[in-house]
Amino acid sequence: MEKIQNQKAWFLVLPALAVLFIFSAVIPLMTVVNYSVQDIFGQDYANAFFVGTEWFRDTIRDPELQAAFGRQLAFSVITLLIQIPLGVAIALAMPTRGIMVSVALVLVSLPLLIPWNVVGTGWLLFTRPDIGLLGVALNELGLDYNIQRNPVDAWLTVLVMDVWHWTSLTVLLAYAGLRAIPGAYYQAARVDGASRWAIFRYVELPRMRGVLLIAILLRFMDSFKLYAEPFVLTGGGPGTTTTFLSQYLATIGVGQFDLGRAAAFSLVYFLFILALSWLFYTVITRMDRE
Amino acid sequence: MSLRLENISKVVGGETHLYPLDLTLEPGSFNVLLGRTLAGKTTLMRIMAGLDRPTTGRVVENGTDVTRQSVRNRSVAMVYQQFINYPGMSVRDNIASPLRIAREPAAEIERRVGEMAELLHIEHLLDRLPAELSGGQQQRTALARALVRETRLLLLDEPLVNLDYKLREELREELRHLLAARDAVVVYATTEPTEALTLGGNTAVMYQGQVIQYGDTVASFLQPSDLRVARVFNDPPMNMVPARLDDGTLKLDDGHDIPVPAHLTGLRAGRYHIGIRPHHLGYDAPAAESLAIEGTCDLVELSGSESLIYFRQGDYEWVAQMDGIHHVAPGEHVRMTVLPHHLYAFDDSGALAGAPERSARGEG
Repeated sequence: MEKIQNQKAWFLVLPALAVLFIFSAVIPLMTVVNYSVQDIFGQDYANAFFVGTEWFRDTIRDPELQAAFGRQLAFSVITLLIQIPLGVAIALAMPTRGIMVSVALVLVSLPLLIPWNVVGTGWLLFTRPDIGLLGVALNELGLDYNIQRNPVDAWLTVLVMDVWHWTSLTVLLAYAGLRAIPGAYYQAARVDGASRWAIFRYVELPRMRGVLLIAILLRFMDSFKLYAEPFVLTGGGPGTTTTFLSQYLATIGVGQFDLGRAAAFSLVYFLFILALSWLFYTVITRMDRE
Repeated sequence: MSLRLENISKVVGGETHLYPLDLTLEPGSFNVLLGRTLAGKTTLMRIMAGLDRPTTGRVVENGTDVTRQSVRNRSVAMVYQQFINYPGMSVRDNIASPLRIAREPAAEIERRVGEMAELLHIEHLLDRLPAELSGGQQQRTALARALVRETRLLLLDEPLVNLDYKLREELREELRHLLAARDAVVVYATTEPTEALTLGGNTAVMYQGQVIQYGDTVASFLQPSDLRVARVFNDPPMNMVPARLDDGTLKLDDGHDIPVPAHLTGLRAGRYHIGIRPHHLGYDAPAAESLAIEGTCDLVELSGSESLIYFRQGDYEWVAQMDGIHHVAPGEHVRMTVLPHHLYAFDDSGALAGAPERSARGEG
């Protein structure tokens, strides 16, 4: 049988693709590329001159940026190590039937409904050592807790805040995965005499693998783009101890108006997230095939 | 082991799933639970297994009351209608899992896993994960997992229902041989009369939470104790028509009458329900002695080897099951006949009053 090759369908999606590529991706991205290889002050294109890869070399060698990158990576890894197991544990503890299901789901989802900067503001008040519930309580206990002064406090608070804000996502995904397991699996395991741990390890975990991989992917990429909450809570301080990548980028681009370096930095940042996402995607699809 | 259920009932949230019932399953017996969906087959099996506690009554194994004993401490294996295996384990580990939990020595585990895999023809799939198998292979794995441990009770809850027709026939035949070699009490739930007949053994017919007949499968089929059994234990269900028996004449309410057939002559005069198996209806019986049924065709279902012809006359609905292809257009007039010695009679309360002689043609 001869297959009819007809490519006309492409024309039908062309307008949408054009809008998508040109206005939302290609043009803005090319502007950034433009800034990253030239020295331009503001919009003064007339006095721009080509600098090649100088901005990129600057960026990569910048010790401040390297430090921010290290902090970012540490933060993302630690927050995942906490959120994924914690999310699964909470999902396992959630009620499975009755009215309590809805109650639990709503309670768990609440943090997800709050805008990022509101979360930051909320925690800012919460942790104030003079009037904040947490801040006052910890100080009353004799701990010298102050996120404006103490880098460790600031760092841990940002971490706890992120866990508080985002663990719910893992809970919801894991809960959905758990509910999708037919009751017969649990029965079969009981008939076999399998322990609770064995049920988790050999029934629940493998059946949740798909949603958990998605949760890891989403949470990793999201945490890598962390910006608003620490910006509001600590402003990156004290010093630069809670300055993560996107905030450092904002400092360079918006604060110092150093557009060349900011552009080069953006591209490196973007390529790094892209590479990581690709890596995750490849690993996930390969694991699924196996 | 013998398994005795004494006065077992199950009520969940005010709704009765099982009415009080007694049932004794002999050691080494093969038992079919036959009933339509929601008849209580699964509920009964879960109580037998110890997965659920009965609301009243006792479960007695070999004279020991095990009602309160958890399923973990009983010797039970179960196969489900869904293909249930540990998704994260290879086929080999799946089959081995019950033995590992029982802490059998490694060499023994390996030997028995190999043996089971061979019996179920999955020895070439041992290193795969369940998700990489076809439905039939997954169910073979589940069966191997259930059979590998020599449990005293083996429960199979419609294990073949999710397989396609061809696989079902094939696996049913294999199961019959595998299970025959067991000492365990085997209980096999199904909705299909044909499956019960193929598997043999004893059959407990269930209807709306009750066991309405228990006994030898073929005997129960030939001598259904009442109307409900006759309907459940025939696919399509047995045709029923009210009739009056009087002065040596059997007069069906739809208008036809015949002299009382020989095997029903002992019955007192009165009202009866006459049962006719769909496959006893046909075009070809000799007109002189046979009973005619007439009506208008509603629907014809054809399969490759047989035809189901649904027809009605007034309030009476009939179905005939015939070999080969018989094409009748809906709305067309249908005239079928049945030989009188095939008729069943049930009295007013629904109990069996007269059944066809077994020896007549080797069947009822």
